Amino acid sequence: MNIVMLGATRGMGRALARLLAERGDRVFLLGRDAEELERSAADLAVRAPNFKGFRGHAPCDLSDTQSFAPALRAAEEALGRVDVVVVTAGLFATQEQLEADIDRTELLLRVNFTNTVVFCEHARATLMARGGGTLCVFSSVAGDRGRKPVALYGASKAGLSHYLESLDHRFRDQGLVTICVKPGFVNTGMTAGLKPPPFAGEPEKVARDVLKAIDAGTPMIYTPSIWRLIMLVILHLPRAVMRRVGF
Amino acid sequence: MTTLSGWGNVPARGRERLSERIERASAGAVLSRGLGRSYGDSSLPPSSEPIVLGTRLADRVLDFDPETGALRAEAGLSLLELNRLMIPRRWFTPVTPGTQFVTLGGMVAADVHGKGHHRAGCFASQHVRALRMRVADGRVLEVSRDQHPDLLLATFGGMGLTGHILEVEFTMRRVASPWIWSESRRVDDLDEFIARLKETSVEWPYQVGIVDGLARGEQLGRGILDYGRWATAEEAGGRPVRFKRRVTVPFSMPAALRQRWSVGLFYSLLVRKHVPRHKRHGLRHFEDFFYPLDTFRRWNRLYGPRGFTQYQCVLPNAAGVSAVRRLLEVMAREGGVPYLAIMKDCGPEGEGMLSFPMAGTSLALDFPITDDTQRLVDRLNELVIREGGRIYLAKDMFTRPEHFAAMEPRLAAWSAVRERWDPEGALRSAQSVRVLGDAP
Ligand SMILES: Cc1cc2nc3c(=O)[nH]c(=O)nc-3n(C[C@H](O)[C@H](O)[C@H](O)COP(=O)(O)OP(=O)(O)OC[C@H]3O[C@@H](n4cnc5c(N)ncnc54)[C@H](O)[C@@H]3O)c2cc1C
Ligand SMILES: NC(=O)c1ccc[n+]([C@@H]2O[C@H](COP(=O)([O-])OP(=O)(O)OC[C@H]3O[C@@H](n4cnc5c(N)ncnc54)[C@H](OP(=O)(O)O)[C@@H]3O)[C@@H](O)[C@H]2O)c1
Repeated sequence: MNIVMLGATRGMGRALARLLAERGDRVFLLGRDAEELERSAADLAVRAPNFKGFRGHAPCDLSDTQSFAPALRAAEEALGRVDVVVVTAGLFATQEQLEADIDRTELLLRVNFTNTVVFCEHARATLMARGGGTLCVFSSVAGDRGRKPVALYGASKAGLSHYLESLDHRFRDQGLVTICVKPGFVNTGMTAGLKPPPFAGEPEKVARDVLKAIDAGTPMIYTPSIWRLIMLVILHLPRAVMRRVGF
Repeated sequence: MTTLSGWGNVPARGRERLSERIERASAGAVLSRGLGRSYGDSSLPPSSEPIVLGTRLADRVLDFDPETGALRAEAGLSLLELNRLMIPRRWFTPVTPGTQFVTLGGMVAADVHGKGHHRAGCFASQHVRALRMRVADGRVLEVSRDQHPDLLLATFGGMGLTGHILEVEFTMRRVASPWIWSESRRVDDLDEFIARLKETSVEWPYQVGIVDGLARGEQLGRGILDYGRWATAEEAGGRPVRFKRRVTVPFSMPAALRQRWSVGLFYSLLVRKHVPRHKRHGLRHFEDFFYPLDTFRRWNRLYGPRGFTQYQCVLPNAAGVSAVRRLLEVMAREGGVPYLAIMKDCGPEGEGMLSFPMAGTSLALDFPITDDTQRLVDRLNELVIREGGRIYLAKDMFTRPEHFAAMEPRLAAWSAVRERWDPEGALRSAQSVRVLGDAP
């Protein structure tokens, strides 16, 4: 398969890109830092079965919508055809950090929601122009229910999840498979400063789950899967309880 | 207060700052830390600067040449990941310590040795070609035998005190199959043990001895000798390797279960079940052979809430078998009950200015920490100094500065290089404060 990934220089995206490269898929990287992209592309190339896999990347900054179309064009040119687009790029900040800094809040909301949706719209066009494909985007369990510690970040992800579900309903029969990935707490650089909860997951596990979802076309997954249960409980807690608890 | 600890589970004030981009994040950092598998305080920060740079997210392979085996990677790459990636393709690290949960940076900083030291030497001294480093004045440098060789050799075994290792380039070796052909045999006493270690080191690339730390008198130094080599493709018969599942030790073992008898029981089960009277041989999974303890994640919890220490020293060949006997006797006299005792034959000293091994016999003894541990280590160190041996900093938590200086004639030369690269003493660890007298 030919895959374009935005946000694979670190974290869960890095882990997923590795799995793809190791089984021989061709991964084209998009991101905002050329040197980081080059180093990640090198890592993926060595992991390919013959030690010399596909290597390609182009600049794309999620905070700059102008960069989207040229980036996807570069990917298409390099790969010949694009089968899957994966978006793992995203921002996180704690509720306290965001409440103290309105510019940071504005940036996070824009990057995680508006610009991610705009990027997906470009990707949708790219994929559907060739008869379809898979669009796999990382949202979050934080978007499932209004909660104290993730009012802002969670809102950006709630909007994103909503969009992704609608997209799947709207275009599945025209060949576009949309996958919404909802990770729970995962130990990556993004969460390194936070105290991990009991069910914290590892990026490698998430990557395996997501790979399965891509291969099967599953429209929505919780990962690691224990989070399906946790969210089931949280979604059913009465409002009065949610107001009292800290999570 | 957040705390950080080495593998021995003794907490100290400190916090890890993780980053994928260690080149950027190392600017101004007091110390780097990999997977924290050094036992004592090597990877812990000095008390006045409690934040260490955690490298384990910086784990990309940057280049590999399947013609020559040359591999370059970021310093946080773990041996676990390297093995997962390379073993199925018949490549292996030239030197491996007894756990896969180490980073390349940690392997260089401790200049680790393995079951193959008698043949393959130390990881960094023998097999590392180049490093990319951030040094104390802020520069980022390529370091090799041609560029800044003094810094290179002071960094091999330099326990992170000469600079932050950002990238490591070394040579992998080809293996004929992913399986090990190994033999084990019981050994009845110390003389036989050392004789057999020397004997097998001639013929076999890997060897290790497990000593019964409870045996006394006639039986002192009895145990199991385990040796092996990579199996040929024919012996392995094309069997693929599956990587092992791991079991996590969920909590600290209560004191009631940590008794002399339970250690004894553990050992006799190991001996009886594992090795019959005569030799046992056959194909072994490489993880069973190199990393038996890795099956249990967090096995360090078995030592209970006070933690444990490993005392590892090497006694030179010149001191003879009797030195090893004297060491075991001092240990027994001081009441030391090792949960695990490992004996190996070491080859000649490497180029690393502070590399641990020297031609002789290495002993590694695991002790749960008690009120008597400091005294035990002092007595053992006094003996090691008398016999002309030395201890391994990657395991140490109790050695006194005067003892270390007495067993390390190489210290002055190493300190001079360190001082050249870091005149202000910016790079420090809890260990360098304790053993080298750095500013806290
Ligand atoms: C079960 C077990 C078996 C072992 N067997 C062996 C063995 O057979 N032979 C052997 O030699 N050792 C052995 N060890 C010890 C281990 O190999 C070393 O302590 C190794 O250094 C640990 O690597 P790490 O990545 O965990 O480093 P850490 O423990 O995190 O750090 C160790 C030292 O390396 C420095 N360091 C780490 N990364 C960097 C970097 N990027 N730049 C600069 N300095 C850095 C730290 O400052 C510290 O001084 C064993 C340990 C365990 C737990
Ligand atoms: N970790 C969790 O617990 C968790 C939980 C739920 C959901 N999620 C979501 O899962 C996704 C992946 O998370 P992660 O933990 O893997 O994150 P991460 O480790 O922080 O990695 C984030 C990735 O996004 C890229 N990125 C950030 N801003 C960008 C921008 N403006 N333009 C282009 N690329 C940008 C980063 O690239 P650079 O290298 O250039 O910085 C990096 O590759 C995110 O959407 C996150 O919100 C995470």
